[in-house]
Amino acid sequence: MLELRAVTAGYDRRAPVVRDANLTVAPGEAVGLLGPSGCGKSTLARVAALLHRPDAGEIVLDGTPVRGFRHRAPREQRTAIGVVFQQPRLAADPRLRLADLIAEPLRATGRRASAADRVAGLADTVGLTPDLLGRRPHEVSDGQLQRACLARALALHPRWLVCDEMTAMLDASTTAALVRVVEDYRASTGAGLLSVGHDRTLLNRWCDRTVPWEAVAAS
Amino acid sequence: MSGASFDVAPGECLALIGESGCGKSVLASALLGLLPANARTAGHAHLGGLDLLTAGERTLARTVRGRRVGLVPQSPAAHLTPVRTIRSHLEETVAHLTGVRGRAARRAAAEQAAHRTEFPLDHLDRHPHELSGGLAQRAATALALVGDAPLLLADEPTTGLDRDLVDRTVDELRRHVDDGHALLMITHDLTAAERIADRVAVMYAGRIVELTDAARFFGTPGPRHPYSRGLLEALPERSFTPVPGLPPELGSLPEGCAFAPRCDRATDACAALPPFEHTVACHHPVTATPADTPTAARTPEDTRA
Repeated sequence: MLELRAVTAGYDRRAPVVRDANLTVAPGEAVGLLGPSGCGKSTLARVAALLHRPDAGEIVLDGTPVRGFRHRAPREQRTAIGVVFQQPRLAADPRLRLADLIAEPLRATGRRASAADRVAGLADTVGLTPDLLGRRPHEVSDGQLQRACLARALALHPRWLVCDEMTAMLDASTTAALVRVVEDYRASTGAGLLSVGHDRTLLNRWCDRTVPWEAVAAS
Repeated sequence: MSGASFDVAPGECLALIGESGCGKSVLASALLGLLPANARTAGHAHLGGLDLLTAGERTLARTVRGRRVGLVPQSPAAHLTPVRTIRSHLEETVAHLTGVRGRAARRAAAEQAAHRTEFPLDHLDRHPHELSGGLAQRAATALALVGDAPLLLADEPTTGLDRDLVDRTVDELRRHVDDGHALLMITHDLTAAERIADRVAVMYAGRIVELTDAARFFGTPGPRHPYSRGLLEALPERSFTPVPGLPPELGSLPEGCAFAPRCDRATDACAALPPFEHTVACHHPVTATPADTPTAARTPEDTRA
């Protein structure tokens, strides 16, 4: 289970962006979180991905309460969650070739030796051709870069995926392709998904259940 | 991009749609003379009596940008200067593009420009980072309209906005079209295109592969080019299936039809570049909507060579 209990979070303690949010994702479940822009859903997604320390409340990951966030999160919790962000340009180090971008989580966790094989497999999964792997972010389109970011998120076989507006910058065909990659991964591994977005049609089609922001957090 | 031909009339909206990286934005830059120095252009882009592609920088800067072609940018928050207020943006633009002189007159003209796009006047003294996405969009649109340019060029004006905001932005742009502006909207958002466009041009690998009436494209009989059909079918409200494969590199396009490697209707004929005939550039355009008669749709129409 990925549980968010009474989470209050923000960037200024006097004015939290998210108040008293409760959300539970069961293993293998796909939950869509639907909210307008600026409502705080991305902040909540960052909390769920252990990338932002909440001011109050608790995150429980597979029964274990999360004690540290960002670099303080224990590795086994941190690597259990794969994250894909809205803007691939901001989520990719411009100096890295796509192959290195995808391999980064592998190298950071001491899997350097097996990285090359795994990158080739991941690239195939997300539909990146070998010639694209040698390029840097400025040499590929948004859609191609987001494919690489998704491959990076899947590199460590996460049990949970957090997709924060993963497809907002993408055209219809790339959107459908990336959603299919996520769903194929979930079907083969039983991973749970929290997909945050503002597109009701997309989330209804993609997820097992879609919850509106008002049902999750206090206004 | 190559061989693109189309026209936009006053009071009309043409939506140019296609996957990211297909060359849509290059077209917009070409029309405004904003391509990098190593870019090459050929052909003509007539605006009234002026050819935008051969016009010099001096002409473009003094008579075209803002005055005859207004640009509604992709990311308004990035387009605006972060250290200046919206009022300061508008007043500078008014001073630069119109004959309005004097501080009070400029202030009035700026407020009037804000009013045109329903930008709230009490937000005029805010900086771009203090605005929501929707208000930043209105500010950028207000700037594009100051010079009263007959042609508006909107380059992905709805990227990253939520659906309500997309609808509102698009409806506002539509109002300017109905006021007599011509609008070329470049977008990958098919839902937005359906809402605003009179006609639709589909671009694939730098070429326009289909140019048709929007009602026929989104309704019946539907798109005729297999790529357009695939793009539309990828929508979550339709079959949500992606077009297989990736778009080709614009630098090394295959001979013949660039879509053939991804196309389920491809035959030997596709080794030759299909000419643009009637509304579509394809050797095997779809004749019936795939939902109605899947088998009949696979029978290629007998196109004249």
